[in-house]
Amino acid sequence: MYRELRIHIISLLNAGLRLDGRKLTEYRNPIEVKHGMIKTAEGSARVKIGETEVLVGIKMEVGEPYPDTPDEGTIIVGAELLPLSNPDFELGPPGIQAVELARVVDRGIRESKAIDFKKLCIKPGEKVWQLLIDMCPLNDAGNLLDASSLAALEALKDAKFPSFDGENVDYKQKTDKALPLEKLPIAVTVIKIGDKFIVDPDTEEEKAVDARLTVSSIENGTLCALQKGGDFPLTLSDIDKMIDIGIEKGKELRKYL
Amino acid sequence: MSNIMVKDKEISVPGETLAVGMDVLPGIGAYREGEKIIAKRLGLASIEGRTIKLIPLSGRYTPKTYDTIICKVIDVGFNGWRLDTNSAYSAMMSMKDATSEFIARGANLTQYYDLGDHIVCKIVNVTSQKLIDVTMKGPGLRKLKGGRIIEVDPNKVPRIIGKQGSMVTMIKDAAKCNIVVGQNGLIWIEGEPLNELLAIQSIRKIEKESHLSGLTEKIKEYLEKNGKAKE
Amino acid sequence: MTYKQRIDGRGFDETRPIEAKVGVIQRADGSAMFKIGNTWAYAAVYGPRNLHPKFLQDPQKGILRCNYNMMPFSSSGERVRPGGSRRSKEISFVTEKALLPVLNLDEYPNSVVDVFIELPQTEAGSRCAGICAASMALADAGLEMKDLVCAVSVGKVADKLLVDLDYSEESYPDGHVADIPIAVMPNSEKITLLQMDGEVKKEELMKLLEMGKKACMDIYEIQKKALKEKYHEVDV
Repeated sequence: MYRELRIHIISLLNAGLRLDGRKLTEYRNPIEVKHGMIKTAEGSARVKIGETEVLVGIKMEVGEPYPDTPDEGTIIVGAELLPLSNPDFELGPPGIQAVELARVVDRGIRESKAIDFKKLCIKPGEKVWQLLIDMCPLNDAGNLLDASSLAALEALKDAKFPSFDGENVDYKQKTDKALPLEKLPIAVTVIKIGDKFIVDPDTEEEKAVDARLTVSSIENGTLCALQKGGDFPLTLSDIDKMIDIGIEKGKELRKYL
Repeated sequence: MSNIMVKDKEISVPGETLAVGMDVLPGIGAYREGEKIIAKRLGLASIEGRTIKLIPLSGRYTPKTYDTIICKVIDVGFNGWRLDTNSAYSAMMSMKDATSEFIARGANLTQYYDLGDHIVCKIVNVTSQKLIDVTMKGPGLRKLKGGRIIEVDPNKVPRIIGKQGSMVTMIKDAAKCNIVVGQNGLIWIEGEPLNELLAIQSIRKIEKESHLSGLTEKIKEYLEKNGKAKE
Repeated sequence: MTYKQRIDGRGFDETRPIEAKVGVIQRADGSAMFKIGNTWAYAAVYGPRNLHPKFLQDPQKGILRCNYNMMPFSSSGERVRPGGSRRSKEISFVTEKALLPVLNLDEYPNSVVDVFIELPQTEAGSRCAGICAASMALADAGLEMKDLVCAVSVGKVADKLLVDLDYSEESYPDGHVADIPIAVMPNSEKITLLQMDGEVKKEELMKLLEMGKKACMDIYEIQKKALKEKYHEVDV
């Protein structure tokens, strides 16, 4: 369906250019990262990459730990592809795109041990803090994944515990206590079109993607999550190059936090 | 005596009273209710003699007979094609309207226009139920190969074309590109990559500043300034 | 029992501070943001566009579909489970009824105009904020409208008649609270949304409706300004 578009994109890429004049591994600008704008959330952030805009809010509740980790708090990451943000999104329960988005961001945070879950424990076996992270796009102009992951991190940085008296949470009283955030995993989605690699695809480019690799990495370049997508395969050499791009761009994006 | 409540080129919101009195006439986008002339939608008030009309500033494309538009093939059948017109309604093109060549019955129509192809066509009929018929028999009507397609606000198309095509011709010459502007807001551009970008950026500028005056001069300057930078 | 002074110090007929902006969601055909106090609503309009499934189509005119939704982190208490609730379904329905009277969809048979309202943060008056945002977004989308629609809540707390109740007033411990969201077409002063819960006498209600209409006229000025400002943003 997008044959002509793909051919055109590839000929531009061969000339070192994208549809909007960017270089291959250039993010749109401006990139805006703000936090704390949602007072009803314990932590919140808003990220804009070009025209793509995502809001993330974190609610914190007290509940029972999982039986196999009685002294650890829990985290649940959710994403809803709101029909508000894209004419192609429909009302209804999260489809596979929303589920993948949530799970990829979740793995980046969980596997990097960004949060010491033991510090979220209140009373082992009985009460732990549960972090509920919800990502809501306001405008989808491409690359929701990177924008959402960046916003989730900024919201985690912003979050403060509400008061807890041992029995009930008092949401009206926020404490000064921040989350035990120890690492900053950043997800970068690298796209392969033809034999070229780009980052931060816009709406048009997303239609021509052959394959993609989302690379989540932490400050020292250690990888903490990977996700390959797209209908076409990748060679080992592709993966090698895409990971390098993912780590390098991760470092750049981390500066916005 | 009539009282005109808005200035020329003032932005009016739906429901706003544009004028009061019986000797003012409502033009397009406005209607009369008793003594008042009222705005039907968001638009730019335009006073011409005794008529007040509203130039629309936004809104999706509404298919009109005789419009030349750029469509995308979304379905290929036995006798014709279904086309996306960038509006709420799709169009049908039958075999006999597709080309001056002879197409045998039972021929594989994808040889002519396949799924995903973009074509320039002309609307020949729009029924009250918004069924649309188009033809490709006519000067300039053809399948578009190569180049790229961008989408603009269809309400800005008149400004992008300019008086007798003056604006789009200026861009074509300065950016050395082929350009076809569809009334439905789709525009096809073909040229060297950097030149295509220059043409597109100029068009985007017209879109943003279409309601301001002195636009032709500004675009001329923009083309000169940025054209040089690319050499 | 008297309510001497409003908890946040406002006048009895004063709304909370309002912010409005048009054209905030680029992919939508029309969009707007409306914030009143701590209640914050976005509205996006897509349409007229193709409508599926076919049985929903009306061959005489386009239909309007509204969906009101609270983001999971928008409530001051616990997280709101996504997916809507009976409450949000009802609000979507009355929102549609509040907006339909101003729309002329005769030119769009068999198609749909979709309005999506999302709230990142709520603190009373959310359905009214949603309607105010939606009405600006519909105008921004270039649709044919008789008028805009403005909405605000009015009500009674103890012995006082008030405009724009906030959360602390809605849940005033006294118990004698009436919460009345209304929507008004500003140029004809006709009412397109009226709901009430609580206790109120008829004379008080009629007075409240007058207060609400007046507050809506102020909201109308803000909506008009936001619509006009979108087109003056270009700095030449």
